[in-house]
Amino acid sequence: MKTFGGPAIFLDRDDINTDEIIPAKYLTEISKMALKPHLLEDLLLAGKPFDNQSEAMQKAQVVIARANFGCGSSREHAVWAFEVNGINVVVAQSFARIFRQNMFNCGILAIELAQEEIAALFAMTGRITVRVDISEGMLRAASDDPRQAELRFSFSLNLFDRDLVSAGGWLEFADKKY
Amino acid sequence: MGKTIAQKIFASHLRDTPTSENMVLDLDVVLCHEITTPIAILDLMEKGMDRVFDPGKIKAVIDHVTPAKDSKTAMQGKIMRDWAKRHAIVDFFDIGKNGVCHALFPEKGYIRPGYTVIMGDSHTCTHGAFGAFAAGVGTTDLEVGIYKGVCSFRSPETMKISLTGKLGTGVTAKDVILAIIKKITVNGATDRIIEFGGPLLESLSMAARMTLCNMAIEAGGTSGICPPDRVTAEFLWPFIKDEYKNLDEAVNDFKKWHSDSDAEYVESLEIDVTALPPQVTVNFKPDQVRDITEMEGTPVDQVYIGSCTNGRIEDLRDAARILKNRTIAAGVRGIVTPATPLVYQMALQEGILAIFMDAGFCVLNPTCGACLGMSSGVLAEGEVCISTTNRNFNGRMGKGGMVHLASPYSAAAAAVTGVITDPRKFL
Ligand code: SF4
Repeated sequence: MKTFGGPAIFLDRDDINTDEIIPAKYLTEISKMALKPHLLEDLLLAGKPFDNQSEAMQKAQVVIARANFGCGSSREHAVWAFEVNGINVVVAQSFARIFRQNMFNCGILAIELAQEEIAALFAMTGRITVRVDISEGMLRAASDDPRQAELRFSFSLNLFDRDLVSAGGWLEFADKKY
Repeated sequence: MGKTIAQKIFASHLRDTPTSENMVLDLDVVLCHEITTPIAILDLMEKGMDRVFDPGKIKAVIDHVTPAKDSKTAMQGKIMRDWAKRHAIVDFFDIGKNGVCHALFPEKGYIRPGYTVIMGDSHTCTHGAFGAFAAGVGTTDLEVGIYKGVCSFRSPETMKISLTGKLGTGVTAKDVILAIIKKITVNGATDRIIEFGGPLLESLSMAARMTLCNMAIEAGGTSGICPPDRVTAEFLWPFIKDEYKNLDEAVNDFKKWHSDSDAEYVESLEIDVTALPPQVTVNFKPDQVRDITEMEGTPVDQVYIGSCTNGRIEDLRDAARILKNRTIAAGVRGIVTPATPLVYQMALQEGILAIFMDAGFCVLNPTCGACLGMSSGVLAEGEVCISTTNRNFNGRMGKGGMVHLASPYSAAAAAVTGVITDPRKFL
């Protein structure tokens, strides 16, 4: 089974919407790769524009955010923009329905953790790397700061969503089954 | 235990239950537009799956950027046209016949009580106004819908919002839904269907019900839904008159798509609108809503009247009541976009377009236009627009712009004064 995880980036806000993840003006693109430089281009954190070209962002494979991530438009471009930037897991307290479904439909992970677990991740010191094992339902967050202990949280995936990830996405799944 | 409308629709369309939480439904209609569909078409082609499950159940339109604004949007249109032709999709609406999807498709009678409807567009929830289950989906769900005629959902939890009281002068369904989103927040209906009800709902037109359901997604809702009744039947009558002896028979038949009296809701709210003033958003989230009286005097650069939320004839009539014999304030740009060609024609015949033009508005062809900041009214950095649309997200109408969501009355009042203004002064 595919492995999920990598260096994490923290987006400290609730209600990050898909217009912020990829603005509508890029929806004329027909190739996913064209979305790459524009990921999170209009994101505001604490009222300030987010630097989507920072080194941490370039390296990130995991995004950690607060509640109601991916609200707003149905554009799957938001998921593709993450995908082409090498991000394969988004961890949040909760997701908007369409975004969450789009993630699993593309065979990548949207993981929900409890509010205090998300808070514990945000409170970690050092540079954080996240590993996700979907067969045991375990998320591990390790730091390069030796004083920071590794954190482990179990999570549950909807069984159907897990099947979609295993099948490589909903189209492949539906093609065989319906 | 009784069932909700959504549970009845799910039960009658159930194809498969891959787990106890998930349901795969047969679809009655798959709606398509040129922003999210071309990429689905190309992917299906690439995978050797370029088929459609039933061309009669697919309805397609070019509406978001039309006429095309550049080579890329022209290509999106071309991919749609070629695809519609290749698969003999008859209900395809191109230049001259096209309009904003969520206004156009209901106008054509495509959405009926009890239907299942998907589209690659989050405001598909609008169609719940007809007592259908209608949900926005991403491109992959759309591909599967086009190819196989199915879509998967988690079992529907429904929250009930009963509307009571009477709307004051100058207060509309738009103000009601903004007040609801303020109350339940942008997250308040996530993974839920909002079922509207109550005595006020029965008195609301289909246009008003569409405005309510349209913004269910702004509270995170999977869909909005209204029990289909006489108002629904009257609206649909030209399309269903061969199926029923008379209107009463249709109204009675529609009752099978009403929630049972002992149906279970995850939450029930009652909202009395009697004292509700006009509402307007502030900042970048649709639950950041204020009474308009608190926002008066905020200067605006642009006024936008249109969209799937408020671009119907009823909305244009409201705005025209205020604009009649008045002119736009100096330095303010007014843009009106009738949502469909029919709305345009009615507005023309009723003299409403003349009122807009005399006031100094630019009248655009039916399109999504400025609503999503892709064409026809994009804001410059630092500019402010009062808009009858549904999203005030940062950058929505152009990078660095601010959008204040409001009703057509409130937008028209701001056009006249150049600042956010309580429209009741003009009524
Ligand atoms: S009018 Fe705006 S919200 Fe409605 S479908 Fe068009 S872009 Fe989307």
